[in-house]
Amino acid sequence: MIKQLFKFREMLLVVIIAMLLAVFSARSPGFAKPGNLANIFNDTSILIILALGQMTVILTKSIDLSVAANVAFTGMAIGMLNAAYPAMPLALIILIALGTGAVLGAINGLFVWKLNIPSIVVTLGTLTIYRGMAFVLSGGAWVNAHQMTAPFLQTPRQLFFGLPLLGWTAIVIVAIMYVVMSRTFLGRAIYASGGNPTAAVYAGIDVGRTRFYAFVISGTLAGLCGYLWVSRYAVAYVDIAAGFELDTVAACVIGGISTLGGIGSVAGAVLGSLFLGVIKNALPVINISPFSQMAISGSVIIAAVIFNARQERRRGRIILRDRGASEQIEVTA
Amino acid sequence: MNKIALSEPLSETPLLEMRGISKSFPGVKALNDVNIALFPGMVTALIGENGAGKSTLVKILTGIYQSDEGEIHVDGEPVAFANAQDAIDFGVTAIHQETVLFDELSVAENIFLGHAPKTRLGFVNWKAVNARALALLHSLESNIDPRTRLKDLSIAQRHLVAIARALSVDARIVIMDEPTAALSRKEVDDLFQIVKRLKAQGKAVLFISHKFDEVYEIADHYAVFRDGKAVGSGVLAGVGQDEIVKLMVGRSIEHAFPKVEIPLGETVLSVDNYSHPTEFRHISFALKKGEIFGIYGLVGAGRSEICQSLFGVTRPSSGSLKLNGKELVIHSPADAIKAGIVYVPEERGRHGAVLQLPIYQNISLPSLTRTSRSGFLRAAEEFALARKYAERFDLRAAALSIPVGNLSGGNQQKVVIGKWLATHPKILILDEPTKGIDIGSKAAVHAFISELAGEGLSIIMVSSELPEILGMSDRVLVMREGLSAGVYERDHLSAETLVRAATGNA
Amino acid sequence: MSAVPEKRHIPDRLGTSVTRLFASWEALLVAVAAVIFIANALASPYFLNAWNLSDATFNFTEKAMVAFAMALLIIAGEIDLSVAAIIALASTAMGAAAQAGVGTPGLVAIGIGVGAGCGMINGILVAGLRLPSIVVTIGTMSLFRGIAYIVLGDKAYGGYPASFAYFGQGYVLWVFSFEFVLFAALAVLFAVLLHATNFGRRVYAIGNNEFAARFSGIHVERIKFTLFLLTGLMAGIAAVCLTSRLGSTRPSIAQGWELEIVTMVVLGGISILGGSGTIGGVVIAAFVMGLVTFGLGLLNVPGIVMSIFIGLLLITTITLPIIIRQFGHRKSA
Repeated sequence: MIKQLFKFREMLLVVIIAMLLAVFSARSPGFAKPGNLANIFNDTSILIILALGQMTVILTKSIDLSVAANVAFTGMAIGMLNAAYPAMPLALIILIALGTGAVLGAINGLFVWKLNIPSIVVTLGTLTIYRGMAFVLSGGAWVNAHQMTAPFLQTPRQLFFGLPLLGWTAIVIVAIMYVVMSRTFLGRAIYASGGNPTAAVYAGIDVGRTRFYAFVISGTLAGLCGYLWVSRYAVAYVDIAAGFELDTVAACVIGGISTLGGIGSVAGAVLGSLFLGVIKNALPVINISPFSQMAISGSVIIAAVIFNARQERRRGRIILRDRGASEQIEVTA
Repeated sequence: MNKIALSEPLSETPLLEMRGISKSFPGVKALNDVNIALFPGMVTALIGENGAGKSTLVKILTGIYQSDEGEIHVDGEPVAFANAQDAIDFGVTAIHQETVLFDELSVAENIFLGHAPKTRLGFVNWKAVNARALALLHSLESNIDPRTRLKDLSIAQRHLVAIARALSVDARIVIMDEPTAALSRKEVDDLFQIVKRLKAQGKAVLFISHKFDEVYEIADHYAVFRDGKAVGSGVLAGVGQDEIVKLMVGRSIEHAFPKVEIPLGETVLSVDNYSHPTEFRHISFALKKGEIFGIYGLVGAGRSEICQSLFGVTRPSSGSLKLNGKELVIHSPADAIKAGIVYVPEERGRHGAVLQLPIYQNISLPSLTRTSRSGFLRAAEEFALARKYAERFDLRAAALSIPVGNLSGGNQQKVVIGKWLATHPKILILDEPTKGIDIGSKAAVHAFISELAGEGLSIIMVSSELPEILGMSDRVLVMREGLSAGVYERDHLSAETLVRAATGNA
Repeated sequence: MSAVPEKRHIPDRLGTSVTRLFASWEALLVAVAAVIFIANALASPYFLNAWNLSDATFNFTEKAMVAFAMALLIIAGEIDLSVAAIIALASTAMGAAAQAGVGTPGLVAIGIGVGAGCGMINGILVAGLRLPSIVVTIGTMSLFRGIAYIVLGDKAYGGYPASFAYFGQGYVLWVFSFEFVLFAALAVLFAVLLHATNFGRRVYAIGNNEFAARFSGIHVERIKFTLFLLTGLMAGIAAVCLTSRLGSTRPSIAQGWELEIVTMVVLGGISILGGSGTIGGVVIAAFVMGLVTFGLGLLNVPGIVMSIFIGLLLITTITLPIIIRQFGHRKSA
């Protein structure tokens, strides 16, 4: 029954997103055309990838507030690298981005794992440090489009079947994360560590180490997004993606990922991101000031938290054997 | 001092042996130089009172805790269990007392988490996981769907999942920590069939229970623990129950329950048809002045849940409550305390005391309005209040300002009871009042429970320990699966009646 | 433990108050503050000047006011990440009112009232609906600042009455600004509230063990609601001071302050897990942070680099005691 409810949760999001699309395209006929939908998806790709990293961390009962700062630092680093060594192959640059992101994530993870410091404190600290380092690295200077090489900027924009490579990257990451979360020992350990840390220890899972890996995954994906962000907007500066960490948390919450850990799915994180993406892209179309986007996502987060809590509310131990009657009471209560 | 042969020579070589194991926690030496040996094809019963160190031993054997001193040998080779995985790798598996499982995961995954069948590429093979879980559950005579989420199962069903999990590992040593506590007689019989099968397969079983009939039914060897020490072990056959009990308690077999017979007064509290959506239904009883009213049942029968709803922690879905003949509605613990109903919970550290706060602050916590002046704290008043109850219960503590968490279980319990008496209650609800308390303090706790009843306090006492229920109660409500299985008068109390009523084996 | 007398005397306390004082976190913080002070004095000739030091206090007084209330909230096991957004919304409300010709007393009332109202919303969501405060306040943070953006867009409010300038620019006596005096008064007020009243005791009890607190008859929800209300109220007061000092309101006002305020609280020795810490610690932490920013400012270090120091300060002050304890443990074992 709960399993159905869970699917119900994701179906609900799909329906809501579809309804939004219908409403928006009624106002602006072009909105739901495949081309525009591909645009919206492409535009949301970075959020999707970062939200998947955030989801991994949240599932282990932690939070990573440093993802956006990680994007800024990595983006700045490889932007400068590309400007300084135009001959360096793109593959190597992307590898460096992934590695840098992973190291930054590992730093968070080490503090959480080895010293048992609450993740919110650690990432609150590293959030300012990583972004500060982006400033130290660049001296506050921007890396502009003309300083970067064409392959660096153009590759994510290559179209395949109407969707830019950026969008395809997101799809590949979603597929990989789906397999990791549902079919690998690490993925299941991530769910177990957040769902019931004590039981996880009894099951032979090293909860600290699992959290560490979750932060490394989040960091690696943030590193990737560092490249994707800089190439997409064709500029690197200290303040890129400022505040974006909250968008990733918002996407997770809307997608039904419990901040208490252990509950949530890849599909939820993706749908939560798409929901935010659709709204963001729809605002100019339906003539609402882009300034209202923040308030809207705030309201949606609050609504989603209320909705999640109603579903997660503990029902106590079930003692009575004939639960037919008891569940009816549950529904009316 | 009674001297009993400490051990008889056991012929075979043990599969697993623990030598000289010691383990300390702040304030307690949980295990002190303990030896125990487990043999292939044999069931060893580990017997001891609560707090004797059984659970600590289990946690060391499963790699959750690491011992301070001593060695573990498997097949005669010394091994080290640095974590749970190590213990699993050496073939040790356990059914733990509290079911440590995952609410949000499926039954099948709960059974196979950590050792799930894999595909050739190294991914979890869900098809195989579900199929093997189904087969395992069938072999346990259970028809639970392996794809159900654990949180939708009843307590007894969860216990079966825990058993299935323990059996899903190809283990050589199986530990069962009070596996029957939440099971009905029928389910216990099924479990014993499994234990016999394990024996036949040459596995060593460590069976922990304080129910003697079960021990004698299933075990070959015994080991008795008292206050963290192994005080006796050997072949069970031919050893009488009285002898084992003597080892367990270390003194005269008759635990003197200082029950004072006092004439009962008029009805103080009447509970009428109390029901809760998922936990209990149709519970009615009347509590008299000066009465000790026992509530007995298996673990998870809904006993604590009733107490918590009387105390306002949860709300009943129907039913009514009368205090001294007047209708009473309780929405929160604050309401209950105001009405004179207080609750000493089973989980002291979680619900009873704020372990990090000092003794005196814990005692004054529900009485702050009296110890303070217009909302401002007065430390002198708080210390005076705390001192009054600390001295009354002969609390053993270095100072009143040390955190409650630094005290032993018995002394923590004294703080919790003292905190409630300071509010001058009329009804005292005690949930497993002597759980995890050493024997010396136990008698003291029993003594002042009697004393309080003698002073006219009405007491509701939940307990899983038959001697405690039989020795202390004026009347006993027996519960089974959230329903009342009868109220028994003191004259009609016997161990057999209560157990039959509680396990539904009439 | 052989012969124990029947009734033993149990002393009230162990050790003297002096020994307890020296072993405290606050003592460590005072030492850190002293080191920074001396370092500053050596590094810059402009540091040891009464007026310069007075100017330096503006770096922390507004944040510290909110930090006091936040400290209580964190001790109770909750957090409010929306404080900076509340400041923005309260400031926007005051700006709009000033445009409409409302006088200084009215502006102050509006600023504090909006703050308290926002705090109540958080309180209802967290205490009333029992939702997790981290996510809820991330949501209200977007909502409150989002409303400020809807109202202001990329514009700014100015034109506050001349008398309004007193709160952020006025001096009570010699070098002591109104803000500093208010800060000191609030410090005393909050110290009394937390350490000398039943309310404060209950806050500690809730933060250490919410269950046991509830089981002891404490109205946990009522207290949490009060704390959110108080935090909103303090954010409102901070908004009055900040708006008065700047003389204008942009929707991005006080951006990122929530992190600095939480850092101040945690640096002050308040456990992020709840249950322990003192107002004294927060006061010293406020000075430490103020001194660092001011000292670095005199050395012409850019703001973003200062934030690296703040982040490092946060992580090292939390990490050091843990590392020392682990190291000592290993030695003794």
